[in-house]
Amino acid sequence: MSTTSIEKTEKHTTTTKTGVKKVMHGNYAASYGAKVARAEVIAAYPITPQSQVVEKIAEFTSSGEMKAQYIKVESEQSAMAALITASQTGARTFTATSAHGLTLMHELLMWASGARLPIVMVNVNRAMAPPWSVWAEHTDSIAQRDTGWMQFYCETSQEILDTIIQCYKVCEQEDIMLPALINEDAFYLSHTVEPVEVPHQELVDKYLPPFNPKPELTLNPDHPAVFGSLSKPDEWYPEFRWMIHEAMERAKKRIKDADSEFGKIFGRSYGGLLDLYKCDDAEVVLMCAGTLASTTREAIDELRNEGKKVGLARIRTFRPFPVEDIRALAEKVQAIGVMDRCFTFGYEGPFFTEVKGALYHANNKPKLKGYITGMGGRDVDVQLVKKIFADMYKVKDGKQDAETVWVDLKADVNNMNAWLKVR
Amino acid sequence: MGKLTIPEEEYMLEGHMGCLGCGGTLAMRYLLKGLGKDTILSIPACCWAIMMGSFPYTNLKVPMHNSAFEVTGAAISGIEAALKVKGKEHINVVGFAGDGGTIDIGFQALSGCVERGHNVFYVCYDNEAYMNTGIQRSGSTPVGAWTTTTPVGKTGDWKKAPKKNAVEIMVAHKIPYTATASVAYPEDYIKKVLKGKETKGPKYYQVLSPCPTGWKYPPEKTVEIGRLAVQTCIYPLYEVVNGRYNITFKPAKKKPVKEYFELQGRFRHLPEKVIEEIQQSVDKDWEILQRKVEMTKDL
Amino acid sequence: MKIEIKSMKDLPMLPKTLETTIGVYNTGAWRSAKPILHEDKCNKCYICWKFCPEPCIRIKDDKGNEITPKIDYFYCKGCGICANECPKKAIEMVMEA
Repeated sequence: MSTTSIEKTEKHTTTTKTGVKKVMHGNYAASYGAKVARAEVIAAYPITPQSQVVEKIAEFTSSGEMKAQYIKVESEQSAMAALITASQTGARTFTATSAHGLTLMHELLMWASGARLPIVMVNVNRAMAPPWSVWAEHTDSIAQRDTGWMQFYCETSQEILDTIIQCYKVCEQEDIMLPALINEDAFYLSHTVEPVEVPHQELVDKYLPPFNPKPELTLNPDHPAVFGSLSKPDEWYPEFRWMIHEAMERAKKRIKDADSEFGKIFGRSYGGLLDLYKCDDAEVVLMCAGTLASTTREAIDELRNEGKKVGLARIRTFRPFPVEDIRALAEKVQAIGVMDRCFTFGYEGPFFTEVKGALYHANNKPKLKGYITGMGGRDVDVQLVKKIFADMYKVKDGKQDAETVWVDLKADVNNMNAWLKVR
Repeated sequence: MGKLTIPEEEYMLEGHMGCLGCGGTLAMRYLLKGLGKDTILSIPACCWAIMMGSFPYTNLKVPMHNSAFEVTGAAISGIEAALKVKGKEHINVVGFAGDGGTIDIGFQALSGCVERGHNVFYVCYDNEAYMNTGIQRSGSTPVGAWTTTTPVGKTGDWKKAPKKNAVEIMVAHKIPYTATASVAYPEDYIKKVLKGKETKGPKYYQVLSPCPTGWKYPPEKTVEIGRLAVQTCIYPLYEVVNGRYNITFKPAKKKPVKEYFELQGRFRHLPEKVIEEIQQSVDKDWEILQRKVEMTKDL
Repeated sequence: MKIEIKSMKDLPMLPKTLETTIGVYNTGAWRSAKPILHEDKCNKCYICWKFCPEPCIRIKDDKGNEITPKIDYFYCKGCGICANECPKKAIEMVMEA
């Protein structure tokens, strides 16, 4: 898909009260998000399938449309390092990456959260090599689970753009000051073209004030201080870490508030931490993240027509993990299935593990099963999700044959849609 | 200033954790005297990350960012970009790193930063090994030196590979200003820093910072050894201004490298033959440097 | 200057320093040998001040007048650079008990 063809389609626009609707792919939605959020310093390195994000931003900065400094760094490691200092100097910062770029930044991700810097990064979820793959998988971002970053998973290109704006609003709050990772599935979102509304700048400016950290918390010769120096076991390292935890917990409500306030202004919101669809009377609920959710919605609509009481609980934030929301959901539901588009070798699907863990202390513990799907970008279609729901009904009725399974593998010529038991 | 040959004001304070006679502290002290108050530093993991004191104390009167080990070049790029956005480009942006964080693990970020042409200072305090982690060899360790990873032993396992010439690598990036310095010649060093303040674009300084702990000599000899390094032409003091070479200190009488080695335990084991080879190599490099001065004088 | 941090409540929200090391770290306690400046030999060239790595040699009094260098023994680690560099050999390193 060449840039020129997208340019042509972008010229066809519709203006509404809240923004300008254009047809674009998820990557450009991310670029527009950074633009209207008025990111000030961008440092990025290209990687398939993210490259268009930074190409578009380069167009914006070169044309002067976006008043930002774009550092064309020589690696992702340097990208995050440059944003850390830029943020520490008081600038609003943005970048995008994917898979190997994200994992290359791993050390620096730890630095950003420890330094309490509200950096926003879009990650195009892509499988890790070897073998080389450029297609959708969540392993790359899940592997950053422990870095202290908030993590969002987007279902639509619109959500990518909107979440960028919402994240700055949450992250830059004085008592939050944590970075956020916004994930979009490779190709399903990054390269698929759909209508996206770019919010009017004036409305975004009203919703999102400029980044204005206290001068004594920035690199500023008028307030000389050293950031990140040695902190001993007895003198405050654990306390600094506890403060990060407190901020993450505080963020739960702030994320929900930011989402609903966004909804009031722009008419779109995304369910806060856990996005529920037809769960009120559901007997069986599937949980997943990213574009798996939109396929699941279609399956649910079909099954509902057949009289099945099924629902979707989309995990929008993996960090902070929506423990309370999941426990509340569990009050009403008999069985929960969790789809993982990733796998932790030596155990099981990480989303499944975390949901299970959250429910250990819940008042009501529904039956649980984990399903590994879509690894390496393998397509998960409506039929497959319906099969998973059917299997969940067996689980609900006490006929669970496995704790967790890996679905849709070409196991042998006689079993080309195999479901293989993990445990 | 009266009879003082360097600015009086201190931006580096006493009460720091540097070893007795640390050359790296002098490298910072003189740098800040040249740069002044409107300065932001970024330093990676290195001796200096510990020297300034632990939370909540600092021995500096300028702000400083601690960064991951390998990213100094990127860190200063970020500060410079943010200052541009804020309209505060008068503030000096300085990366201050050891030789490891410059020419080994930090090399990519440094190269990328100067290639992009950021308006920053990069100062490498060269103590010629990974000192903070316990004197392991670096790309900047000179031929013949003992380190904990070239521990000589019975097989003569001293550092054999030639010292990576970071200075010439920076010159090859065609940056506007590159210079060597030694803590034994603070006037020369500070003059070069002031020149850097007048120059837009990337400025690279490599400051020889003798280390009593790692080079194995009594601490009172730090300045003396820093002086001998220049007088033997092992560490010539020169600058390259837009490709034009200029030697800023020519020793009145070039001293033999043996005098330099004799003072340091890290060279104690060197056989005569190796010292002779090193002497020839130093002589050759000094000759080449002088020719470069001649070749580029009209640039 | 020393600062009291009693609990988490006194911490800044991110790890940054709050004060300088002045009066905090008694690095003079590291000394084995103490530099003694013999004023009669000193010509106030201030080379000792120039090369001190701390730096803890005072060359001006509170009113800003030039003085014979005064070593601040609270910080002086006894490295001996001043003694080694003094052109008049006015500084003597004396082993401390």
